[in-house]
Amino acid sequence: MPLLEAAGIKKIFGKLTALDGAALTVGENEFHGLIGPNGSGKSTLMKCIAGAEVPTQGKVSFVNTDITAFTPTERARAGMSLKFQITSVLPTLTLYDNILLALQAQSSLFDLVFSRTRGALHDQVMTMLTQFRLADRAFDAAAALSHGQQQWLEIAMALAGKPKLLLLDEPTGGMSLEERRVTGELLQPIKKHCSLVIVEHDLDFIRDICDRLTVLDQGKVLASGTVSEIQANKSVQEIYLRRA
Amino acid sequence: MPKSMSVVREAIAGDEADDAMAERAAAVQVAAGRNVLPIVEGVVLVAALLAPLVLQDYLTVFATRVIILALFALSFDLVWGYAGIMSFGQALFFGSAGYGVALLARDLDITNIFLVLPAGTIIGLTFALLLGGFLLLGRHPSSVIFVSLGTLTGSYAADRLARGWYYLGGQNGIPSIAPMTLGGYEFSEGPAFYYLVLGILVVVYLLCRFLVRSQFGLALAGLRENEQRIAFFGYKAQHLKAIIFTIGGGVAGLAGSLYAFHEGFVWPNMVGVVVSTQVVLYVLFGGSGTLIGAVIGAVIVEGVSFWLSDNYRDIWPIILGVLLLLVILFRPLGLISFVLGERERVGSFGAKPKENKKPGKEKRNAAP
Repeated sequence: MPLLEAAGIKKIFGKLTALDGAALTVGENEFHGLIGPNGSGKSTLMKCIAGAEVPTQGKVSFVNTDITAFTPTERARAGMSLKFQITSVLPTLTLYDNILLALQAQSSLFDLVFSRTRGALHDQVMTMLTQFRLADRAFDAAAALSHGQQQWLEIAMALAGKPKLLLLDEPTGGMSLEERRVTGELLQPIKKHCSLVIVEHDLDFIRDICDRLTVLDQGKVLASGTVSEIQANKSVQEIYLRRA
Repeated sequence: MPKSMSVVREAIAGDEADDAMAERAAAVQVAAGRNVLPIVEGVVLVAALLAPLVLQDYLTVFATRVIILALFALSFDLVWGYAGIMSFGQALFFGSAGYGVALLARDLDITNIFLVLPAGTIIGLTFALLLGGFLLLGRHPSSVIFVSLGTLTGSYAADRLARGWYYLGGQNGIPSIAPMTLGGYEFSEGPAFYYLVLGILVVVYLLCRFLVRSQFGLALAGLRENEQRIAFFGYKAQHLKAIIFTIGGGVAGLAGSLYAFHEGFVWPNMVGVVVSTQVVLYVLFGGSGTLIGAVIGAVIVEGVSFWLSDNYRDIWPIILGVLLLLVILFRPLGLISFVLGERERVGSFGAKPKENKKPGKEKRNAAP
């Protein structure tokens, strides 16, 4: 059984049909790229999977459970995590507190009120910050970070709850070449325990880190397969790859 | 206070920071020093402790009322300043507890402090739980407008109900409530009542402080800044909101029962929109998101109103209105933001390494 299976996803906003029967299947420990021209419905599909939008029609299964009607909180607790397209770190909090906030999400109310997990989580916070090369900024406000660093912080936050599946919407948007390279490096180690769905415009980045690709066009799946299969696909080349 | 800003600039001029951003952030931290807040709290406490010694008797009575209202302001600050829930109906919990204890005293002759204060708190908690459960505990997050209109409506409806209900005394409310008692002792207006109320304020303040500085407080900060984001972490955001709303209701209830016994009567305004708005103003004026800001706001708004109404009998509401507008326009974070930096206002929740402290900050902080 695949880890995530979205099938027949339809999403209609008023008169606009954003998704028209899109599908996505992701296996365990698989890095899956979701690509397509602007307006092809990539972000909408991500939101339907994450629970930020409710699909008009279709079904999303995760770890053999139908999660179509789950709220974002329930999906998070089932092991799904999302990094938004627009960075949404909490700017007034320190980096440390941003990570702690993500890590303590499933602590009980009693533990939260009496700060019983604060000490135990300290090492995990520092490990995450070190892993994402932010440890020396731990007690700065997140607002003081560069855009690229904020993206890393957000990926770190998304990974804090040890998800089985991480959804990344344009993680390298607005990053320098060097920052993109580092982002790829930072993502590699998580493959051991986590699958990834990634929406990205930078095709080189996608080619470097992904195992499989799904190409969306006008809300439908145009092609899905391994990176080399997709690169060889004629119709994909026509609509999309010719521009790359 | 531009002067303090320039002090900050000078202070950081010597620092060797990597870039301007970091330098600024560091500056704010040094200025805030993580020490301003305890100083402000200490000053307010000392002033409050000494007040009855220097004030005339009738002013001590006034000060007692102000302290009770500061307690009420804390309840709104928890809900709005910390959790971002816009409650325009906080008086509902304040007033219903006031009515509740007034009825206990009138109909059942219950005035023992150990019965009436818990009763008032429970009344506030219960009403807040019911209203908060209805407004906040949907399957999907409720909008700010929905919650603010819902609480406003609740407060307005309670006001109308109290006016129309003969049992509650209608328009006149319930007059001449018997004094609160402790054994044979009766709490009447004056220094004893003042210190009782101050003691309660300090205890509640410390409990709130403990709460907002805990990991629960961190969750609240996340809730306030980006509710959707923390739901995606797996927080039950609506539950958190309902919990803090209920706690706020309990504190408002405690304040309301003290108010009823101190004033000796309750009347429909006490549950209504006017008092609900008043508490919003205290907190906006003093500085939402800091507990001491709520207390200072209540003290200053009430103090200034008192002084103005004495000296400018006819136009004092206009002057007060303009003052409030000025603060809200130019100091959206309230008066406390003159001395308190953003970083310290939000605070840190994680363990902080000791070496992060910078030398020499004590001296700079001594100035205000």
